[in-house]
Amino acid sequence: MESKFHRVSLFLPCLADAFYPRWGQAAQKILQAAGVEVFYPPDQTCCGQWAVNTGNLKAARRLAQHFLRVFYQASAVVSLSGSCVSTVRHHYPQLFAAESRWQSRAAAVAGKIYEISEFLVSVLGHSDFNAYYPTKATLHDSCHTLRSLGIKQPPRELLAKVQGLELLEMDDPETCCGFGGAFMAQVPTLSRSMAGDKVDQALATGADLLVFTEPGCLLNVDSVIRARGLSLQAKHLVEVLAEGINATPN
Amino acid sequence: MLPPTDPKAFGDVVRQALEKDYLKGGLGRATALLRTLRRTGAADFGEFETLRVQARDVKDKTLARLDYYLAKLEDNVSARGGHVFWAVDGQEVVNYILELAKSRRLSKVVKGKSMVSEEIRLNTYLEQAGLEVLETDLGEFIIQLTGEKPAHILGPAIHKTRQEIGRLFAEKLGHPYSDVPAELTQMARARLRNNFLTADLGITGVNLAVAETGTLVLLENEGNIRMSTTLPRVHVAIMGLEKIVPCMADLAVLLRILPLSATGQRLPAYVSWLHGPGRTQGEGPEEFHLIILDNFRTRLLADPILRPMLRCLRCAACLNFCPIYQRLSGHSYPSVYSGPMGVILTAASHGLDTAQNVIQACTLCQACKQVCPVMIDLPGLILELRRRLTEEDQWAGGAVDLLARFLATPAGFDLATSAMALMNKTAFDRQGQPRWPSDKLQALAEGRHLPVMAERPFHKWFNKD
Repeated sequence: MESKFHRVSLFLPCLADAFYPRWGQAAQKILQAAGVEVFYPPDQTCCGQWAVNTGNLKAARRLAQHFLRVFYQASAVVSLSGSCVSTVRHHYPQLFAAESRWQSRAAAVAGKIYEISEFLVSVLGHSDFNAYYPTKATLHDSCHTLRSLGIKQPPRELLAKVQGLELLEMDDPETCCGFGGAFMAQVPTLSRSMAGDKVDQALATGADLLVFTEPGCLLNVDSVIRARGLSLQAKHLVEVLAEGINATPN
Repeated sequence: MLPPTDPKAFGDVVRQALEKDYLKGGLGRATALLRTLRRTGAADFGEFETLRVQARDVKDKTLARLDYYLAKLEDNVSARGGHVFWAVDGQEVVNYILELAKSRRLSKVVKGKSMVSEEIRLNTYLEQAGLEVLETDLGEFIIQLTGEKPAHILGPAIHKTRQEIGRLFAEKLGHPYSDVPAELTQMARARLRNNFLTADLGITGVNLAVAETGTLVLLENEGNIRMSTTLPRVHVAIMGLEKIVPCMADLAVLLRILPLSATGQRLPAYVSWLHGPGRTQGEGPEEFHLIILDNFRTRLLADPILRPMLRCLRCAACLNFCPIYQRLSGHSYPSVYSGPMGVILTAASHGLDTAQNVIQACTLCQACKQVCPVMIDLPGLILELRRRLTEEDQWAGGAVDLLARFLATPAGFDLATSAMALMNKTAFDRQGQPRWPSDKLQALAEGRHLPVMAERPFHKWFNKD
């Protein structure tokens, strides 16, 4: 399929920027493999989701304005977080209802920001990276990726094309993992209980790898996996694909 | 007894709830079953999403002319010989009923399950005044014996296992222990039968009231509503003022979606259509009273953003799908309403301060939004409540704004990241345990190995090249 996007701008969520910078390189590699040039605007900061979710709309507006300045002229913006994309797509236009110039910028960027699996599969039509990653894996459906953006199949399609990878389904892949941003810090016991159940469900599938499309979810659940000393691995979808591109079957 | 609402105390409330492990007990199993029933019920029905839109529209158009429809209802109920009383708050409801009991010499009450009556703590006041009040819904019957508040808005005793109920009935009803559901039901039925036959006042709620005809519609699976509304000499129905529909055609829409959302049923076992007192002897009650309650509902009606909350049909789907409700149960919420709908109703009825803990204890996962039969954007309303809370807190708002100014510039973002990395290194040791004696850090780190920030964040790595 011929892509109308030759060059996209990469938006790296702040959690990924700080804790998992290797995802930025992985994302670049995958997008390039899909035939798209990747530009990383160096002035990007944070989309302001945390401010929206805690009810601080004035703070959210500031962060949104900077975001829009940085990404306004991109042909498309691709990100590694469904919740960040949802913030831009659904909340930004409402932040500026009263101010027409910012409102139109928000609407413009809202219309061209994508979560990476939806961009690869639904926009580019590119789901096969000739990747090899032999493992048993299961996927967690992040709440915003699933319910705000309606993305259920694209990550599965990408994983299905990875050679050697057997994709198993948890009983309740769509149940919230308990990150919820500030929630994890405000009600840590509830958060931990929810993360623990997600880990139990992953283990029950027999998978060795738990795949995420959302940095917050991974951070939350992985912290419990490691506390339990399990061999179960937690990775972002882009890590799996990027590592798979390098590898060759024996 | 309602739980404390202080933010620090909420941590204890949560801990206690988690220790009870509601998920593994009756509540977890029952809500899992209800989720399955609702999913298959909706799938079998076929046009469920269309029905949701229709239901939302019926409710919205009713709310837009609520005063007109309520007046019409009053006219039609009165025309059929019923008495209509408008109550501003719970106290007025209590006074009306006590006055009625006194003048008609009523002393023994049988009650159908009514969340509105729980909301105003009706039983407590009636009992204080010397009336005998007997719950007849099996779940309410059970928690009346234990003295608990409802754990769920549809199934008040949802958290109880049959073993727990068996022990309770053995102790309180004097039967030998059994945990066979059919036998337990018979034990309750024997007691309830006698209560129905000897009560002189029946008090119920209302599921839906039809303005055009003055009809009250009550839904149930047990038959206790039938008994409570026909056997006693006087029937009093209490309804929240939002429980109204304009006409029968509109009722049909809601009557299709409510049982499906609640239990996956096409219809419950009994649907009662009540039209006031009996016309001939032996047919229904001698007297019928309808109490229309405000309490906090007109406040919601006047609130352009929160008004959709009045669409709520009390189906409890949002509770059944909420991962937080399932771990807390209704016992941990500050009012009788729990789950996502309870967060918003508590804020409306008790104020933001009382509701603040449960307003924050939400991950915004949107599972509730997906299943609400009248398409209330529950997470959106919770966000609005958070916005109102932060508006109140000037100090915190100023600090957050300052942080945002910082983070909105590349240099500020870089500085913040470096500062966070430094804190991250010094605050936590290699096992991810906090070095500083901070309760909050301790609570966050408990049971986790928190990640360490990368040596170089991506933006530094990229910009160095």
